[in-house]
Amino acid sequence: MLEVKNLSMRFGGLLAVDQVSLDVKEREIVSIIGPNGAGKTTVFNCMSGFYKPTGGKILFEGQEVQGKPDYKISRLGMVRTFQHVRLFGQMTVVENLLVAQHRHLNTNLLAGLIGTPNYRERERKSLDRAAYWLDRVGLLELANREAGNLAYGQQRRLEIARCMVTEPKMLMLDEPAAGLNPAETKDLNQLIVSLKEDYDVSVVLIEHDMSLVMDISDRINVINQGRPLASGTPEEIRQNDDVIKAYLGEA
Amino acid sequence: MAALNFKHALFCAFITLLISYPILGFNLEAKGINVTIVGADTTTILGVLLAAVVVFLFQLFRDQIMGRVGDLRSLTAGKPKEPMAENRRAKIESWVLTGIVVLALFWPFFMSRGAVDLATLVLIYIMLALGLNVVVGLAGLLDLGYVAFYAVGAYTFALLSQYLGVSFWVALPIGALLAAAFGLVLGFPVLRLRGDYLAIVTLGFGEIIRILLNNWTTLTGGPNGIGGIPDPTLFGMEFGRRVKEEGNTSFHETFGIAYSGEHKVIFLYLIALVLAVFTALVIRRFMRMPVGRAWEALREDEIAARSLGLSRTAVKLSAFTIGAFFAGFAGTVFASKQGFISPESFVFLESAIILAIVVLGGMGSQIGVVLAAIAVTILPELAREFSEYRMLIFGAAMVLMMVWRPQGLMPMRRIHIELKKQE
Repeated sequence: MLEVKNLSMRFGGLLAVDQVSLDVKEREIVSIIGPNGAGKTTVFNCMSGFYKPTGGKILFEGQEVQGKPDYKISRLGMVRTFQHVRLFGQMTVVENLLVAQHRHLNTNLLAGLIGTPNYRERERKSLDRAAYWLDRVGLLELANREAGNLAYGQQRRLEIARCMVTEPKMLMLDEPAAGLNPAETKDLNQLIVSLKEDYDVSVVLIEHDMSLVMDISDRINVINQGRPLASGTPEEIRQNDDVIKAYLGEA
Repeated sequence: MAALNFKHALFCAFITLLISYPILGFNLEAKGINVTIVGADTTTILGVLLAAVVVFLFQLFRDQIMGRVGDLRSLTAGKPKEPMAENRRAKIESWVLTGIVVLALFWPFFMSRGAVDLATLVLIYIMLALGLNVVVGLAGLLDLGYVAFYAVGAYTFALLSQYLGVSFWVALPIGALLAAAFGLVLGFPVLRLRGDYLAIVTLGFGEIIRILLNNWTTLTGGPNGIGGIPDPTLFGMEFGRRVKEEGNTSFHETFGIAYSGEHKVIFLYLIALVLAVFTALVIRRFMRMPVGRAWEALREDEIAARSLGLSRTAVKLSAFTIGAFFAGFAGTVFASKQGFISPESFVFLESAIILAIVVLGGMGSQIGVVLAAIAVTILPELAREFSEYRMLIFGAAMVLMMVWRPQGLMPMRRIHIELKKQE
């Protein structure tokens, strides 16, 4: 479904990502791990169109997407979350979810002004979808709160719900467990697995929480200093000497 | 702490003296061709000293005084009362608003001509502020050249009527659409800019339009402006004493009533009222539509908005265009009300006042903006005697607002959305 071939990203003299390759099949959870500053988020930024990669190809469902504007990539069905939660803080929880569904909404101004039946129908559908996902992540009671006032764990869940209402084919999660307590991490674990099992979404995951990564990943890619270090199943990665060295330092 | 306060107070008092004494304490007097400096009389000097003492005392006991102010605020604003049920409040609100509009419809028939004239001006400012509210309050794009679109609307009507004899009702949509087109054109180059940079570019655009109007003498008449702009007609009925245009009839003759200059003023007021209500309703509707939510999303977090598939270009341009559209509306009404326009009416100060209305009212809040427009337009009229100190009062009001209600008179309230429980 997603194929990244020899992706490179250069910032002036710094080669942040060097020849990274990656592939994700349908209904698969693939993790990218690596020490801090390894270039994981840069890979994400290239994939989601925030950066224009300086080399390599990114194919999403057979279509080259490298260098496309971010909003177009997102409309293809590749949606991401951010390392630091990025919600629309002053808008309510449900408004956050409505904004995300704009490509499903009739954006014709006149239809909206008059309130044609077609427009109302779409609006109602998007409200239902928002309600469904709020219920799914346990935030339905807080639907009319300002998103910025939610607790951190709730904000994380809202961000995932906001991606899911866009009905993506692939979800890119950038450190979703950062700042969560063990119980919340466990919930997140179940949520991500259920996204794959019940909603047929592929997931690309950047995460430092090894128990989460090992638990739910189908395959893992390790990046170190911008270069691919290893890839394989969690079991293979766990026993890979290079990976151990990169993470624990040379003995 | 006390010593620090004392030092600070002394410093402030000194600054007060330093600034006010040279300004107020010396007068320049012309003797023949020479100018000599004469010291002011004792009362002025005493006044300056008194001011310094007041500043000193205020700074010395600042904490206590501001503490009291804080108490006051908790008395007025933060009443811990149970909020009304959302749907009930919405119902009451809509009734009250309808009542006010109906009242506003009949009000001019019992008022003096001057008051109605002033009210028309207020309504024009309401339209402008509501339009700018879209750009600044909702989309978060600081536009300092908003008056340019106002000017486009006004000049469109003036020029069309002068050269082509177009009437008010035809010029109204044309003026608004042309202003919207200018909004679109300005929107393109500033798409990438944010915050301060955007403010500077829009400021420049406002000035360009004004200077263009000032210098393109062959078309616009330059600083002399354009006069003789016709009044609006009501189904071909004119409000003047005599009919100016072929084919029209006059209002007072048709209805068989005595001519009165007030008819025209009231009619203009009613047009402005209808247009202001129209503006408010349309923008209110926009706010609840996807486009309105997109504006706010872009204001809150542009990167997140783009990652969800919102096109920055489309969202920003729509905000600029719609804001400019309503400025064009207001401009056309303004031209018709004045009967004469010149670039003088579209200086930067106008932009600043409209922006001040939006900020005072509360960014994004429509009711707040309307209240602020009324306050900002009427207060200077009431305080005509102090006209020298108008800007001073204006500035003081701004400072007080920032202390008391930094979020504006009536901060924007989120729309409550009922969700059905899912099975």
